[in-house]
Amino acid sequence: MAGLEDLYREIILDHYRSPRNRGELPVPPAHKVEGFNPLCGDEVVLFLDVDPATQVLDDIRISGQGCSISQASTSMMSAAVKGKKLEEVARLTRAFKALMSIHESKLEGESDGSDLQAELEGVRLGDLEALQGVVKFPVRIKCATLAWNTLQQGLEEIAADG
Amino acid sequence: MSALDVARLKRDFPIFGREVHGKRLVFLDSAASSQKPAVVLDAMDDCYRNYYANVHRGVYTIAEEATAAMEDARRKVARFVNARRAEEIVFVRNATEAINLVAHSWARANLREGDAIVLSHMEHHANIVPWQMLAAERGVELRWIPLTDDFRLDLTGLDALLDGARLLAISAMSNVLGTMNDIRPLANAAHAHDALVLVDACQFVPHVATDVRAMDADFVAFSAHKMCGPSGVGALWARHELLEAMPPFLGGGEMIRDVRLDGFTPNDVPWKFEAGTPAIAETVGFGAAVDYLEAIGMDAVRDHEMQLTRYAIDALTDRFPESLTIYGPRDVSIRGGAVSFLFEGIHAHDISQVLDEDGVCIRAGHHCAKPLMRHLGVPATSRASFYLYNDESDVDVLVEALAKAEKFFAI
Repeated sequence: MAGLEDLYREIILDHYRSPRNRGELPVPPAHKVEGFNPLCGDEVVLFLDVDPATQVLDDIRISGQGCSISQASTSMMSAAVKGKKLEEVARLTRAFKALMSIHESKLEGESDGSDLQAELEGVRLGDLEALQGVVKFPVRIKCATLAWNTLQQGLEEIAADG
Repeated sequence: MSALDVARLKRDFPIFGREVHGKRLVFLDSAASSQKPAVVLDAMDDCYRNYYANVHRGVYTIAEEATAAMEDARRKVARFVNARRAEEIVFVRNATEAINLVAHSWARANLREGDAIVLSHMEHHANIVPWQMLAAERGVELRWIPLTDDFRLDLTGLDALLDGARLLAISAMSNVLGTMNDIRPLANAAHAHDALVLVDACQFVPHVATDVRAMDADFVAFSAHKMCGPSGVGALWARHELLEAMPPFLGGGEMIRDVRLDGFTPNDVPWKFEAGTPAIAETVGFGAAVDYLEAIGMDAVRDHEMQLTRYAIDALTDRFPESLTIYGPRDVSIRGGAVSFLFEGIHAHDISQVLDEDGVCIRAGHHCAKPLMRHLGVPATSRASFYLYNDESDVDVLVEALAKAEKFFAI
């Protein structure tokens, strides 16, 4: 049986209590994007500053409110993607989503997880791996992926505007 | 001393025989849906095993028995809310469908652009969205009764709101705040402006003796699943002459008297609103739930819940004087047993997750009342809600589990 300590790892609680990169950036030049999780009422607000020349996510600030998993995940994501090239951000996003859904698809018997494993190949998730315990609590997966889905949406909006 | 022998009542409900994570099940989410006593399960089982057939058209014995059982349930539900006649009860899927039925049938036949509907800030989405859909389609204006600082309806501007209104659609008991709204004076005010009154009573009927005639309402919606009955069936009560004048809602079998290639003649009330094969066994179960509640006595249920709600509010505020805020009236004479609260620094969803470890079921989120949550300025609350099978020991487990959650998330 999955225990609370699987879900609420110490590093997650640390990011929840002391979120990194909290704040706002002036819009424009930064791009603002919001995401909502109707289940918990979680709200994630991201301010993204992408250098169009270098395609680097120069800066990111986070805001919003919600459960510990959504807010900690947002903080951990901001630390993981800040200063990274967009293609690397995309790779991290795919890897994180794969991390969140491998167990799910295994449980449902739809996949042995090998296709998702490919997304994780060669990607260093670091602290983000602490969120893996969330997959044992299926209703909370959306809390953990909200920040990443919002980031993906924001970067798509920037690309479309650019 | 409780008005009810809860230890005995708990034994009526098979689910309380199970454990969750090795702990006794402490079910504090009856405002979302209640548990079912064995008599209700047995009644449905008996129907499926011994006399199940489609209702109303069969001429063989078991079809007649099924029809009789379903119509018997209609009489029981009608009596339970003091309807004048059984035909004033329309069986629907749930209170949400009952409200949608009124929005599609009565409102679309009677409301024109510029007409107004009065709602309140404490409504469940089920009593908001059907009217917003109608408003978007018909250019009907929605007006909102605000709330006071002590979580009650602010009626100071009621007459102005009702001026030009055709309908007042109002909750009898808030699923978030627990606040009970005294329907009779609201109905008097609405009728003085020639507006009809729809009551969302799905939190009220399960907990308080209900008299639709004393309320002087025009439509009353409620669900079986919140009152010890099964999911999948609910009721719309409406005055007979209103139902007679209303066009049908869904078209299909059962709701017709005759169908020709060039049209149809609708069936009599209430069957004209009951298209398609209904939830037969579940309706029988609804009747059994009403029998169960009547045998206990709704006044005893209400007394018990008032005592237990007072105990819970006191226990929560005594134990967490700084960290916990209750959203709802303190006076248990004007409220039901849904107790919403916010814990400083801990999201409702995290609280619910930690409480689950101790077998405690509470709800966390916006409780399908987002306009109310915005008014309160909170994204989500935790909600413990009580029913006849809860007692002080359940509240004690809740309080200890909350203390554990507070410690777990302590900064």
